[in-house]
Amino acid sequence: MDFLYNFFISPFVQIADAPLFFVEVLTGGLLSGVMYSLVALGFVLIFKASGVFNFAQGAMVLFAALFFAGFMDKGVPWWGSLILTIGVMVLLAMAIERIVLRPLVNQPHIILFMATIGVTYFLDGFGQTIWGSSVRVLDIGLPQTPLEIGGVLVNKFDIIAAVVAGSLVAALALFFQKTRIGRALRAVADDHQAALSVGIPLKTIWAIVWTVAGLVGLVAGVMWGSKLGVQFSLAMVALKALPVLILGGFTSVPGAIIGGLIIGAGEKIAEVYWADAIGGGIEDWFAYMLALMFLLFRPQGLFGDKIIERV
Amino acid sequence: MIFKKLALAAVGATLAASALSAVPAQAQENGQFVPGLVYRTGPYAPGGIPWADGFADYVSLLNARDGGINGVPLVYEECDTAYNNDKGVECYEKLKGKGPTGGASVQPLSTGITYALMDRVRADKIPMITSGYGRADASDGSVFEWIFTAPVTYWAGADAIVQYIEAQEKDLKGKKIALVYHDSAFGKEPIKTLQALAEKNGFKLDLFPVPHPGLEQKATWLKIGRQLKPDWVIMWGWGVMNSTAIKEAAAVGFPMNKFVGVWWSGSEVDVRPAGMDAKGYLAAQFHGAGANYKVHEDIVKTLYEKGKGASDRDKVGDILYNRGLISAVIMAEGIRTAMNKYGNKPMTGEQIRWGLENLKLDDAALDKLGLKGLMAPLQLSCKDHEGGGKVVIQQWSGAAWTPVSDWITPRRDGFLTEMYKESAAQYAKEKNITPRTCN
Amino acid sequence: MLYREAGQFKTSYAADQQIFPILQDRIGIGLIAVLALGVLPLFATEYMTTTILIPFLVMSIAAIGLNILTGYAGQLSLGTGGFMATGAFAAYKLSTMFPDLNIVFVFLGSGVITAFVGVMFGIPSLRIKGFYLAVATLAAQFFLLWLFNKVPWFTNYSSSGVISAPPRAIFGDIMVTGSSAHYTAKYLFLLVFVGLLALAAKNLTRCHLGRAWMAIRDMDIAAEIIGIKPLQTKLSAFAISSFYCGIAGAAWGFIYTGSVEPLAFSIEISFKVLFMVIIGGLGSILGSFFGAAFMVLLPVILTNAPHLLGLNIPVDMISHLEYMIFGALIIFFLIVEPHGLARLWQIGKEKLRLWPFPY
Repeated sequence: MDFLYNFFISPFVQIADAPLFFVEVLTGGLLSGVMYSLVALGFVLIFKASGVFNFAQGAMVLFAALFFAGFMDKGVPWWGSLILTIGVMVLLAMAIERIVLRPLVNQPHIILFMATIGVTYFLDGFGQTIWGSSVRVLDIGLPQTPLEIGGVLVNKFDIIAAVVAGSLVAALALFFQKTRIGRALRAVADDHQAALSVGIPLKTIWAIVWTVAGLVGLVAGVMWGSKLGVQFSLAMVALKALPVLILGGFTSVPGAIIGGLIIGAGEKIAEVYWADAIGGGIEDWFAYMLALMFLLFRPQGLFGDKIIERV
Repeated sequence: MIFKKLALAAVGATLAASALSAVPAQAQENGQFVPGLVYRTGPYAPGGIPWADGFADYVSLLNARDGGINGVPLVYEECDTAYNNDKGVECYEKLKGKGPTGGASVQPLSTGITYALMDRVRADKIPMITSGYGRADASDGSVFEWIFTAPVTYWAGADAIVQYIEAQEKDLKGKKIALVYHDSAFGKEPIKTLQALAEKNGFKLDLFPVPHPGLEQKATWLKIGRQLKPDWVIMWGWGVMNSTAIKEAAAVGFPMNKFVGVWWSGSEVDVRPAGMDAKGYLAAQFHGAGANYKVHEDIVKTLYEKGKGASDRDKVGDILYNRGLISAVIMAEGIRTAMNKYGNKPMTGEQIRWGLENLKLDDAALDKLGLKGLMAPLQLSCKDHEGGGKVVIQQWSGAAWTPVSDWITPRRDGFLTEMYKESAAQYAKEKNITPRTCN
Repeated sequence: MLYREAGQFKTSYAADQQIFPILQDRIGIGLIAVLALGVLPLFATEYMTTTILIPFLVMSIAAIGLNILTGYAGQLSLGTGGFMATGAFAAYKLSTMFPDLNIVFVFLGSGVITAFVGVMFGIPSLRIKGFYLAVATLAAQFFLLWLFNKVPWFTNYSSSGVISAPPRAIFGDIMVTGSSAHYTAKYLFLLVFVGLLALAAKNLTRCHLGRAWMAIRDMDIAAEIIGIKPLQTKLSAFAISSFYCGIAGAAWGFIYTGSVEPLAFSIEISFKVLFMVIIGGLGSILGSFFGAAFMVLLPVILTNAPHLLGLNIPVDMISHLEYMIFGALIIFFLIVEPHGLARLWQIGKEKLRLWPFPY
């Protein structure tokens, strides 16, 4: 009975008692969901264009952040580090395309997925061989101070992160809609063969997609890195992005954002209000369960393409 | 195609050849072998590296300055566990047979690995030193013959933190204390003690588990800072969880000077990423901070000025560095005590155990080692494997850790010792161990 | 010349359907059995047994389990770690609740319990496919670990949440778990277990059920049309796969490490087992052994190699290099032989058949 009360009644009583606090939890959740979306975006870009479930996205986040923080520690100004790191990510994308993807063309998806896990291991080792495994402080001057808006506490940093994610999505949308390369990318995403036949260079396109995913990783890495310090654990944010991904659909950029918001808000609310009923520390699996529930009703995610019958 | 075949053949041959020769090479050196189960990689590497450097530097110092212990050189070999239990077991198995007397004492540097090795060290007769981690009830030497918890256990740490809070609040009755802990064997250790203390002192204890690795704690801290509003928060965290917690606490406006971390949550690597938010944050330690002790002087002079130090010079004296150093001291002095009885040759596990059980580090001894003030005096016995270590609360000023309390003696008599005994007896029953009699 | 089936005639259906139809294969298997049962235990040092042989055997069980699910039935799963944890904790509960229960039944029982859990988490597979399913199985991974960590009943209310294997014996007084067990006894016990389980798996995949799995894997709609029920088939794959994973988890906790906390079965393990299956060869029982051997040996070799070559590299550098080499080797293997080591073995056998006169 106690459990039933804690599960079905007490959370709602708590919400009704302190609606302002609920709004706070909700906004906090939505804003941290945006941080998940930042990582999930990279997955979506690559899956959309090449059908590869790129598990290495988390490692790319760490890799980019390591290089950025490492250059800054060496005394390079932030814009210099940014340019250098972008250069590194471009090289990385080209190397992955040439060494990993090209020889594996036409292999089953699971083989490509495994190969990206290989890339994950390689990048984790490579980044740390160069920069070491100590924690690096990445201070790009983002404030962490709490801010009260109408009695609701929010974090300045989170708002900035949301703005960054928003502009990133806008920039990506512009890039996809308005530029030549963007149109080519969309063509490739729709149909590889048709794109090839009208003369779109598939290999270049893949290198570009991986570069863009690398840059998204860089943005995510800088945001997460300035929040947590740049260290090995950053690679684990990928695990936070996966439920966002299946919830939003592997192929949808807006899905990644909406999915992030739902997951972020859902897990915060569950942790705050339902922890008493089922025990705390549920953030690890709650997001996955939430996504799973959604999947049972929409197997392709919220915004995913409906062509998964022939896997 | 030919290339493909050749490459495959080459890989196959290398694998086969190295598989055959993967048997560990016997160390030829004729010294006391010291195994080092450290983690310089993995998610917890930022904390593992300074510890390993401190440990390695003290061993090098003994070799370079004194020619080892009583003239017997120390042969030190590290093995990277990545804070991973099965890798830790592998490292232990690999190192335990090396040197003339084997890896005659071991420090696993992880509560999880401690648990994994507990049965093995008993079977292999190798003393295991767990300074400030591991299983608290192992302080009962009559049941846990091979495990040493000197200088303090988590239970003692929890008690000392509550003592400090009590001293600040005068009366704990009706106060609210929250425990934010790493949801693992390590983080759960203090719960029992804190619950007992809550009952005794009349404060209310709330538990907040944080799942590994602890990247996201917003919900936890919103609950703490905006809903529960406890008087104090105690943290049992490790790795990235610590700096995240400090940042999130600052984000909900929780005062840092009411926020006490255990020693694994109170090092430079935890507060630096949080920046100025961490100013005023408190942490319990069983040793001092900074490099202003004689032993550091010696280390800098004999090692770093000759370019032989394991770390960067400015990292000497970091909290975790000092902890590694102290762990090495306890082991080295145990070996020295054993040598004084059994002669100056490499010691076996059983001899080192005798040495540790008869280890006495009073003020004079600490002074001689150049450690005065860095740690509290210790005296171990057959019955007491903890040795009466003390705890000090330190505060982060934004640049350094400064003590804000005297050495606090955990309430062992009549409280912790009873708890150790009870828990150890239960373990003995589970494992069919007959406790030995200590005189 | 030596390896060919010419002249070996089958005169009965039974002979035609045996697992190893070629005499040379049977001799080979016999030799391996003698080597593993009789010769290896005599020569293997404690280090070799406890850090290479035992984990190899444990991981082969898990790899066979996942291979049934992913290789034969085509359901990608990343929940292996969670299922192994279920097995370990089930074995702990069974052996402490019924102290007189023989350890063999404890292991089998933990497998059965895990099979039930596996079926529960297999239900979404009826609607979700491919990577969506893989990510969904992560829910099992995280949820199960959390559950064992959170509910104190599973650890018999131990304050730390760590369980340690109670000492148990077979045949009266031969200890196989706990600290007093001899490593050779542990090894032999596990070896017999693995042998029987592998045999069972091989036969399962050759019978009606295995063929149904493969039909579902190759094209589920076509399989449905010819009368294979996806519900039973998929769930049975989940059940049997989890049964194997559960036993692997129990063996991990009881025989390999001796004590276990939920964190030991983290997602890393799930990936490792998946690697074993892929590198060994999807849809091959023998491949599971190859994959397990590869994944267990490689890190050991990589950590010990610099030492053997006399290089003095700091441990952190070794670890990082290990990561890099590991990642590079995986990519390399996938590129040169996406069908895994089992396929290489097959090619080798084909070549051997014709050797030395390939025309």
